[in-house]
Amino acid sequence: MKTTAKTTGKVSGIVANLVIVEVDGPVAQNEICYIRHDDVRLMAEVIKVVGNKAYTQVFESTRGLRPGNAVEFEGHMLQATLGPGILSSIYDGLMHDLHEMTGVFLKRGEYTRALDPDKLWDFTPLAKPGDTVEAADWLGEVMENSIPHRIMVPFVFEGKYTVKSVVPAGQYKVNDTIAVLTGKDGKEYPVTMVQYWPVKKAIKAYRDKPRPFKLLQTGVRTIDTLNPITEGGTGFIPGPFGSGKTVLQHALSKQAEADIVIVAACGERANEVVELFVEFPELEDPRTGRKLMERTTIIANTSNMPVAAREASVYTAMTIAEYYRSMGHKILLLADSTSRWAQALREMSNRMEELPGPDAFPMDLPAIISNFYSRAGFVYLKNGHTGSITFIGTVSPAGGNLKEPVTESTKKVARAFYALSQQRADSKRYPAIDPIDSYSKYLEYPEVQETLKKTVADNWVDNVMQMKNILIRGKEAAEQINILGDDGVPLDYHLTYWKSEVIDSIILQQDAFDNIDSNTPMDRQRYMVDKVLEIYNTDFEFDSFEEVNPYFKRMINTLKQMNYSGFMSEEFKRFEEELQNIIAERKVQS
Amino acid sequence: MSGTAFQKIYTHITHITKATCTLKATGVGNEELALVHGRLAQVVKIMGDQVTLQVFAGTEGIPSNAEVVFFNRPPALKVSEDLAGRFFNAYGDPIDGGPAVEGEEREIGGPSVNPVRRRQPSELIATGIAGIDLNNSLVTGQKIPFFADPDQPFNQVMAMVALRAKADKIILGGMGLTNDDYLYYKNVFENAGALDRIISFVNTTEDPPVERLLVPDMALTAAEYFAVDKNEKVLVLLTDMTLYADALSIVSNRMDQIPSKDSMPGSLYSDLAKIYEKAVQFPSGGSITIIAVTTLSGGDITHAIPDNTGYITEGQLFLRRDTDIGKVIVDPFRSLSRLKQLVIGKKTREDHPQVMNAAVRLYADAANAKTKLENGFDLTDYDQRTLKFAKEYSDKLLAIDVNIDTERMLDTAWELFARHFSQAEVGIKKEFVDKYWPKN
Ligand SMILES: Nc1ncnc2c1ncn2[C@@H]1O[C@H](COP(=O)(O)OP(=O)(O)O)[C@@H](O)[C@H]1O
Ligand SMILES: [Mg+2]
Repeated sequence: MKTTAKTTGKVSGIVANLVIVEVDGPVAQNEICYIRHDDVRLMAEVIKVVGNKAYTQVFESTRGLRPGNAVEFEGHMLQATLGPGILSSIYDGLMHDLHEMTGVFLKRGEYTRALDPDKLWDFTPLAKPGDTVEAADWLGEVMENSIPHRIMVPFVFEGKYTVKSVVPAGQYKVNDTIAVLTGKDGKEYPVTMVQYWPVKKAIKAYRDKPRPFKLLQTGVRTIDTLNPITEGGTGFIPGPFGSGKTVLQHALSKQAEADIVIVAACGERANEVVELFVEFPELEDPRTGRKLMERTTIIANTSNMPVAAREASVYTAMTIAEYYRSMGHKILLLADSTSRWAQALREMSNRMEELPGPDAFPMDLPAIISNFYSRAGFVYLKNGHTGSITFIGTVSPAGGNLKEPVTESTKKVARAFYALSQQRADSKRYPAIDPIDSYSKYLEYPEVQETLKKTVADNWVDNVMQMKNILIRGKEAAEQINILGDDGVPLDYHLTYWKSEVIDSIILQQDAFDNIDSNTPMDRQRYMVDKVLEIYNTDFEFDSFEEVNPYFKRMINTLKQMNYSGFMSEEFKRFEEELQNIIAERKVQS
Repeated sequence: MSGTAFQKIYTHITHITKATCTLKATGVGNEELALVHGRLAQVVKIMGDQVTLQVFAGTEGIPSNAEVVFFNRPPALKVSEDLAGRFFNAYGDPIDGGPAVEGEEREIGGPSVNPVRRRQPSELIATGIAGIDLNNSLVTGQKIPFFADPDQPFNQVMAMVALRAKADKIILGGMGLTNDDYLYYKNVFENAGALDRIISFVNTTEDPPVERLLVPDMALTAAEYFAVDKNEKVLVLLTDMTLYADALSIVSNRMDQIPSKDSMPGSLYSDLAKIYEKAVQFPSGGSITIIAVTTLSGGDITHAIPDNTGYITEGQLFLRRDTDIGKVIVDPFRSLSRLKQLVIGKKTREDHPQVMNAAVRLYADAANAKTKLENGFDLTDYDQRTLKFAKEYSDKLLAIDVNIDTERMLDTAWELFARHFSQAEVGIKKEFVDKYWPKN
């Protein structure tokens, strides 16, 4: 961008947070500016330029602003500050550290730093003088909460450089120079542990982005077993309010086997963010034994925080994810809710009196969404390491009706679809993911099937497909029973229905608030799937349909007790024995 | 809210709509207050020297040469202990015949709480109503509306909840309240001897609708004063938020904004969230709890107002008339308190979560049995029992006239389980069954 004197301007119009600025020089689309108001400076972003008028969206309340207020343009777009210290932090949508702000209430124009400038980090060099390097190559590393944080050649560096010097192992602050690089032009470029990147641009410093092929375990049975998500995969969770989007995302953020979890709380409830930062410093990551907060960063731009920053928040979160992916980590990125981001776009588009698309959303909404999802993925870095960003967003469709622009646009790009059903939520069948409407395209990838066979079981994919079929047939049987009456259908219909109920109750339903049931490792999932399929494949004997319901209720009850017991514990085995006895009661002897 | 000192007077309005007027003026700030023809107005748009004002009382009879005076400040409320026991209109002016309140002047609609400064809500609000305490426990710092059709007794239930909630202050924000309902609240609070804990900001059906837009912010500014400055537990009642949203749409339509669903402004979600998110548990012990009313039309919750509300609030309470028992109940299917997890089984007895879920599940089975019956099918023995259970459950626990403590609610539920079902049919964790299943 331009390097000359800063462009300045004056406010000439205000409609809510849309502020029109008359400028005296060049401005760029998405350039950041500050509007002076009394003794504070309010941050804003250029979203349209017409002649000498820059239309800006202000990331703050515009109360009291008046025409004539002075504006200064910064010469760069909205950017993330990248360096050690991001993990465990809680930022607003513009990456200001919320803990650093003073007072109980947010203050307009109080912009805090993203990284602690005084903290000392134990630096170990990875590159040596004479090495040829380019953007994203690793120069050294520090341990950030026991996760290796690579200090890289800044992403904005173009072309090849030669390492002139790297500081020796030792303690350094983020702004200390840790290496000097020599460019093709012969000039020397000092590199610190901090770099900046415009959030709306993807970081593409990798060699190759293959199709995802590895399962990302989440401990949520209806996902892992029925519709798995992959490392580097994309998924979305649409559902009406109260159907369990947030509880599900929180479960993923706690349980998923990722190295790093980034949660963008985008335009939703503040108390839900509180829940995370109250629990995460206490809860342990079962795989590493370390506190969850150590691997987590929260971007909190809740519904009462400025609307424009809501839009920025998902980009900030994605940029942080891309930064860590370039270090060879496995990232899980969650955004709740992407609809609020789309609504923020709609609010601005309306204020600018643009021609609206469907439901008054901007015309280019599908392109914006698709562009964002495409930043996720599994990558091979140039140094041969791998990294991934798995992205799962929630969608909050108006009136719970999935025929709306955000759901439809997202469906085109996200490969796993977890539709939450109002009906299931109403009958407390949590997680309320509809097993029949939902899908994971990954299950169709030969490379995913291959890894599932290798890592879970040889017949796994067949078993999963069989369960899906059973569920569909169970649903059909239930419909027939409803239409024709209990005694108007053959006894088999009741059996078909109840066998699918066993799968629903034991595999699909899962109590997110129970310590044991909430998180099911893959081997346990396989064990229980075998169990319910064994039941499915058993022939039972009944004299009348009236016996079917109480019998299966008992069986389901016992299976549930197994779900609530530690895997293979004494208790578990006792219930399993009880189950075998129940099965034996009515099993047809052959 | 009156003007101050010397102000420049404008007398040339160029554009008048039903809710707004536009004139040429300079040096005016966004959201600043003004007086147009003696009526309060607020700046909603500035384009160069064209300033658009929203006139709260409507623009009927305003001439194009009306006097316009700007106040140079946004709407504000004077806060002090003297607010307690007082009744105000939407502007914060007394309507109880008492003197104006003296105190520090605070802008209404102020900034949000920094999320990291919030405390997690954890204090149970006991209401005695089992449909709430058993199935949808409320917590201080929560925000939750009643979703109810206009003919349901939501104002009565809300007043009952308010009085039992043990709040230090109860702040009533009435929007489009009928005069009868206004007097009802006044009477109930007076009879309970609670008037000194009550503060009311009321816009009745007789007042201009756009004035309502000020009511939630007035009520919440007072609430923040007592919760932050005095560390008090404040309960804010907002009724009826549907009428508030209707007023929003009036204004946005007048300003030629492109409406989104149900002719509501595209910013409805943000507008409502700004209000509801004022509910908070402060670190120093004070709290703001918001209980609101969102009236539905024909029970339709997919309408933009209840829909956006549901996405913002921490649950919703549905009132429904149960014709089997002839009483109004808190519907266990559509009602939800999202914060109940924070207290049930922790602040209440350990078996609470499981008992709650089991009862609702059995009640759902009863609903299925009922459908069967309506479709002319025979019922199984189990179906019959669920129906008997449902009737008793509705009468002894869901009805809004129930007033017992939570322990008693749980015991009642166990009694009903044992009377109608086997242990396997109830399907509760074994350790609780062993402990609480009624003996004999
Ligand atoms: N897996 C689950 N187990 C138990 N309860 C759940 C589960 N998922 C959701 N719930 C219940 O549903 C409520 C709403 O869930 P939430 O995730 O907040 O919905 P949404 O984000 O879709 O509006 C929760 O407060 C909880 O009571
Ligand atoms: Mg949610």
